[in-house]
Amino acid sequence: MSKLLEIKNLKTQFFTSAGTVQAVDGVSFDVEEGETVAVVGESGCGKSVSALSILRLIPWPPGKIVGGSIHFMGENLLEVSDDEIRKIRGRQISMVFQEPMTSLNPVLTIGLQLTETLQHHLGLSADKAQDRAIELLTMVGISEPERRLRQFPHHLSGGMRQRVMIALALSCEPKLIIADEPTTALDVTIQAQILELMKNLTRQLGVALIVITHNLGVVARYADRVNVMYAGKMIEMGNAQQIYHDPHHPYTLGLLASVPRMDQPRGNRLVPIDGQPPDLTRLDQGCAFRPRCRFAIDRCAEEIPLLENVGDAHVAACWRQNEIRDLRMAS
Amino acid sequence: MSAAPALDRSALDPPGAVSPFVEIRNLKMHFPVTQGTVYQKTVAHVKAVDGVSFHIAKGETLGLVGESGCGKTTIGRCILQLESASEGEIWFDGEDLTRLNQKELGPVRQKVQVIFQDPYSSLNPRMKIGSMLQEPMRVHGIIKDREKRRARVRELLSICGLDPKFADRYPHEMSGGQRQRVGIARALSLNPEFIICDEAVSALDVSIQAQVINLLEDLRAEFNLTYLFIAHDLSVVRHISNRVAVMYLGKLVELADGDEVFDNPKHPYTRALLNAVPIPDPTVEKERDHKVITGEVPSPMNPPSGCVFHPRCTLAVDSCRTSVPEFREVSPGHRVACTEI
Repeated sequence: MSKLLEIKNLKTQFFTSAGTVQAVDGVSFDVEEGETVAVVGESGCGKSVSALSILRLIPWPPGKIVGGSIHFMGENLLEVSDDEIRKIRGRQISMVFQEPMTSLNPVLTIGLQLTETLQHHLGLSADKAQDRAIELLTMVGISEPERRLRQFPHHLSGGMRQRVMIALALSCEPKLIIADEPTTALDVTIQAQILELMKNLTRQLGVALIVITHNLGVVARYADRVNVMYAGKMIEMGNAQQIYHDPHHPYTLGLLASVPRMDQPRGNRLVPIDGQPPDLTRLDQGCAFRPRCRFAIDRCAEEIPLLENVGDAHVAACWRQNEIRDLRMAS
Repeated sequence: MSAAPALDRSALDPPGAVSPFVEIRNLKMHFPVTQGTVYQKTVAHVKAVDGVSFHIAKGETLGLVGESGCGKTTIGRCILQLESASEGEIWFDGEDLTRLNQKELGPVRQKVQVIFQDPYSSLNPRMKIGSMLQEPMRVHGIIKDREKRRARVRELLSICGLDPKFADRYPHEMSGGQRQRVGIARALSLNPEFIICDEAVSALDVSIQAQVINLLEDLRAEFNLTYLFIAHDLSVVRHISNRVAVMYLGKLVELADGDEVFDNPKHPYTRALLNAVPIPDPTVEKERDHKVITGEVPSPMNPPSGCVFHPRCTLAVDSCRTSVPEFREVSPGHRVACTEI
């Protein structure tokens, strides 16, 4: 497989009155064709900002991409003109947002929103676009597509709207879909439906998928590779098996220990990560996770650890990653 | 409501049974849907809660799960007397709350408290944390002396794992997890016996969520609290609850001991719900059968006839369309509303 997307040392900052927020601070990762990559982390860790940076959707002011490169099919998206990036958005790379209530235009019919995209990007005639829209709605499992095309977003339930969003994202047969918390606003049974649908369609059509989520269960079910983010940095990357069964960063370890699991005996006390995520305007020269870390040593306050290999295509950024297996056993 | 004849409790309870701490009997909450702006007429009813009965023993945590719109929050609001139920009884500590007037409810409100989901909208942005925590004590007159109230506020904050100096801060100066701790401190300020946790940890990040869950568990042990834990996250409910009730479209479909509901689910809806929850382990997930339930939850304004779950059910037979299944006991303490299991 070849690299579809290659992000190198991406830095996105927000210049606010409270100071410069280093929302994304030197993030690098790749996406290969047709694979599903998850970006996991808690609110404010920069996962959504890195996704928006890919499509240059960071509003200026206050936000700005200040460094790095994003190569998509060989082209650096940070250097192309505004016209060109507009052609890529929706056509080559599309997005599914968290909130289906706000990401569709409430005053336009579903049909218009779908056909507009098709006519604009693919240059289809009105009739052809209409046929394709019906085909897309059928593909995402919406019944009576002809009638739905005439309806407005408020006529549809949350799950249905998210299906429409997926139809929109797939409409121009993109190479990559970025789904930012695609099921967080949905109920569990609907979440399962939508995730199955996304998995099947992306596999069927060979579309690569970046799923941004905080739900570790969703990641375990669907992702090939997992990237864990904390305070604007990638702190661990590997395949799902490595991340879940052999985590090397104390934060990943902590995340996994803090969720109650249905397949384990009840009554065990949860092990939370103490403290709060750091203020991104006040990061020092040490590891950002240090104040919450059980294993922190003096060195952690002095130098920021870089991502180092800990296994086959498995990297982690911790000064004690070689000892982590023993530390894990001991605690 | 008050005109309803008194229910003969002796006929329902086995002789010698101690009446439970909290008991809901045949609770119904139907919200009228009106048309017209000046001359409003009722055109339909949203049957948010439609005949729900359960009890909670003292010191117990009952988990109430279900998807959005199933009526779980409405049950909580009815118990708190924020809604007056259309029908049914709500017994708390030997009193039927639906029959009490506002004055009589005063002492009850002290004992029954609530923790809401959204720590951003449930705290007054213009009040300092300290005055927010003092207000209930002042209103209920439990601590009259101002200095003592202040001392109690500091105590409450430290019980909930916050620095006592947070009393001088405003909500916007705090993170979501800290705000939720303030919400918990506020609920505790009146020394309640029963706390309704309505999605109390749903808005929090996982690492913070675990902190708050542990806090709720510690407080339960320390102050012998009883919880009604309303949530949609089944893993969290399983973790914290002694017994679990599953709700669908205004009705209970299954109620049993926590382990029983999760290890031996009977109702097809409970099974589907459990199947839909992903487990954070790729190895386990690979082996699981990802059969997803089709369709969506129907409108509670016009619920399906017979068993409300029949349009989405894989086991449904003809009789499910016409007759409402009884909420029957299939094994001691395990109740299920399904005829086909």
